[in-house]
Amino acid sequence: MKHVTTMLLAAASFLYAQAPGPIALRGARVVTVSGPVLEKGTVLLRNGLIEAVGENIDLPKDAWVVEGQGLTIYPGLIDALSTVGLPETPATSAAPRAETPATPSRFGGGDLPVPVEQGPEFRPFTTTWVRAADLVNPADRRIEETRSAGFASVVTFPSTGIFAGEGAFLNLSGEKQGRMVVASPVGQYVTLTTHSFGTYPGSLMGVIAYIRQVSFDADHYQLALAAYASHPAGQKRPNYDRAVEGLLESPRMLLPADDAKQLDRMIRFAAELKRPAVLYGGHQAYKVPDLIAKSGVPLLVSLKWPEKPKDADPDDEESYRTLELRDRAPSTPAALEKAGAHFAFYAGGTAPKDMRKALKRAVDAGLSEAGAVRALTLTPAEIYGVADRVGSIAPGKIANLLVVKGSLFDEKAKIQSIYIDGVKYEPVAETPPSGDREGRPAPGGVE
Amino acid sequence: MKRCIVFLCALLPTTLLAAGDTTVIRNATVLTVTKGTFQGSILIRDGKIVEAGEKVLVPDGARVIDAGGQYVMPGIIDCHSHIAADSINEGAVAVSSMVGIEDVLNPDDPDIYRALAGGVTTANILHGSANPIGGKCQVIKTRWGKDAQGLIFEGAMPGIKFALGENVKRSGSPGGGFGASPGLRYPASRMGVEDVIREAFTEARAYQKEWRDYQAKLDRHEQAVPPRRDLKLEPLVEVLEGKRYVHAHCYRADEIMMLLHVADDFGFKIRTLQHVLEGYKVADEIAARGTGASTFSDWWAYKAEAFDAIPYNTALMVRKGVLVSVNSDSAELMRHLNTEAAKAMKYGGLNETEALSLVTINPAKQLGIEKQVGSIEPGKDADLTIYDQHPLSNYAKVTKVFIDGQLYFDRDKDLEERPGKEARKKALLDKLKAQDKKERKKPDAANDKDDKKGEEPGGGE
Repeated sequence: MKHVTTMLLAAASFLYAQAPGPIALRGARVVTVSGPVLEKGTVLLRNGLIEAVGENIDLPKDAWVVEGQGLTIYPGLIDALSTVGLPETPATSAAPRAETPATPSRFGGGDLPVPVEQGPEFRPFTTTWVRAADLVNPADRRIEETRSAGFASVVTFPSTGIFAGEGAFLNLSGEKQGRMVVASPVGQYVTLTTHSFGTYPGSLMGVIAYIRQVSFDADHYQLALAAYASHPAGQKRPNYDRAVEGLLESPRMLLPADDAKQLDRMIRFAAELKRPAVLYGGHQAYKVPDLIAKSGVPLLVSLKWPEKPKDADPDDEESYRTLELRDRAPSTPAALEKAGAHFAFYAGGTAPKDMRKALKRAVDAGLSEAGAVRALTLTPAEIYGVADRVGSIAPGKIANLLVVKGSLFDEKAKIQSIYIDGVKYEPVAETPPSGDREGRPAPGGVE
Repeated sequence: MKRCIVFLCALLPTTLLAAGDTTVIRNATVLTVTKGTFQGSILIRDGKIVEAGEKVLVPDGARVIDAGGQYVMPGIIDCHSHIAADSINEGAVAVSSMVGIEDVLNPDDPDIYRALAGGVTTANILHGSANPIGGKCQVIKTRWGKDAQGLIFEGAMPGIKFALGENVKRSGSPGGGFGASPGLRYPASRMGVEDVIREAFTEARAYQKEWRDYQAKLDRHEQAVPPRRDLKLEPLVEVLEGKRYVHAHCYRADEIMMLLHVADDFGFKIRTLQHVLEGYKVADEIAARGTGASTFSDWWAYKAEAFDAIPYNTALMVRKGVLVSVNSDSAELMRHLNTEAAKAMKYGGLNETEALSLVTINPAKQLGIEKQVGSIEPGKDADLTIYDQHPLSNYAKVTKVFIDGQLYFDRDKDLEERPGKEARKKALLDKLKAQDKKERKKPDAANDKDDKKGEEPGGGE
């Protein structure tokens, strides 16, 4: 019941209307990203797609013309790593199955204790096969908040466990689940979460070794299945393994790496596993931008810049390293841009309303405005292999647009509207407190 | 470019060419450990010791370090350390050979620098002692400032940690020991420890056979799917094939003999017994197998199985022909292994060279790196520690440490740089504090255009 009410409220709180015919946004500043900036450009939308963009385009007679004087049109922003759109309770428990029995009997009779020891073959904390696309909840209140901050899309992932599951590229159109999915699966979300000492894997090196084993198992699985398929008669049937099935259908692995040593470690790890990888975190990448550029591994940079712990003991003296990281983390995007590395942004727990503020810190630290826009549009689309559909304002692409009264980088400039699949949404002025009400950790936290 | 020209000019007029990067340490008391002690110089070129002797010609263009009144010894080697790693124990499984320290090397650990400042240039970084068969070890050089790959000791034999006794059977843990609560990880007794090791190697043999059968099929040009790689069993096969050294944590004589017998049965060697506090009781048996011992100088009675430890352990094992080293197992002890070695002179009467060997050439042999390090000899890596007094003295301080001929620690430089570092930190602290203040003042003022970094980042909840 509560859900239904929320949904109704959500539907009522913003205005949207589907135009029956083509829409033309005329005479606006158009930041196409994939092409030059048009100072007085027009974007023509039809059937949810961008039909034309240019300074002098012929508008069809039936076009609904919106005058764009004073407006800037960007491609709809993309949050490159999110859980927005997913239900707030994980679909599957990722914990190992063995439980300790309630009452063991020591000398004969009764149930024998189940051994707690669990090796990699038990696939602990693994739900590689869980697909975000299958779990999308269009009533997630965060969809509206995120959209109101200028985001047309999120790349959303299950986030629990070591192998959490397969992500989906979603349009935040907030209607039907099937309409929202732009591409799936777009990657496997991997964490290096360790659990208790008594649970396998209980250490960082244990988690790394486990990921390596599953990856090797996946390689072997393919060989074994192919050999069996070529002549099944007379051969032992390989076991079905959903854990490696999920990994194999994921086009890339997302690996956490925040500081320089982790970035180095994960770049080498991805190369060792011979699987395409994307790193996320990246706050200390200002130290090793060339390493990242040279590796060719894309990096998702969290916009949740490190801050002083709110309840820190005032007498505690922080280390130079901690202070330096807090000071310099926002200079990471500038360093990456200069080195020519492939990077995109994700919220990382930053409230949607604070995203532009966080972005501005990166720009203040030297990132170009064009670079900032690209890292929120075309680059994430490229990273996830959907740049043929989204990420820039070009004919044929999905009509995801962000319309700002002024510049995105002027914090006082209001967002006028967001078009998603050609449908216009207006931002909700007052958003309720953002974030995950259930206290779920934001995705993309590193170790 | 400019530097190149200067360098070339320096080279041209000389007859003795100082090719490459050349350093001479002169006027020092040189404790070579393997080739005696003398007053003289060491010539280093491209990271290697070229010459060490009383009279060494100084090539033109060489960097000269005058060590008058000081002592040079080989860089200290610690055969048992847990620094420079982001995790140490994978404890939930009795056999954790699938994990390795190499995966989690942490080049930012300040203990690396502290070890360096204590004269340590090489360390064997071991997995912890939570399981009968633990994870893979990694031998590193304390190359502070390099990345993880830069720490790795190239060419060192791979190793693996084993452990016996109380840690493994969880005597001290809640739920450990006999009659334990459910959820206890096997084994809970010394008998169980032996069983785990035997079972693991039985499995490893079967795995080895699987791969051999596969290879045989390939050799016969038959089609075959390779066996599944098992990261737990691969290192154990390497042990069986003599390609990976076993470093086994142990205390009591009975468990030492148990492990030696298990290794005999499966046909592999225990490279070193670590801690081996009761080694003196079974030194002949250890020596007979060519097994090394890496022990504490004088640490005992910190748990039941350490009650029979004696400080004479080191010297007694040396006299029985065991290859012995003294290790730290601690980031603190690691900083004064020279005096740890010296204790074997007081307890058991080793001579100076024997004492120095305990932390240089002996651990080098135990780690299979004695061709590169462990003594001052031509051809070896220029890993050198300079002390202001004799290193076996309590009063000795490390003044300089070289690894691969590069100066990695310089006491004077360290002291000089401290005020600057303090000032830099204070400046940064003040800057961040000022930003915090500014941010707090203007929660309602939206105009922060000129504020460079003042905003509260994130928000969150």
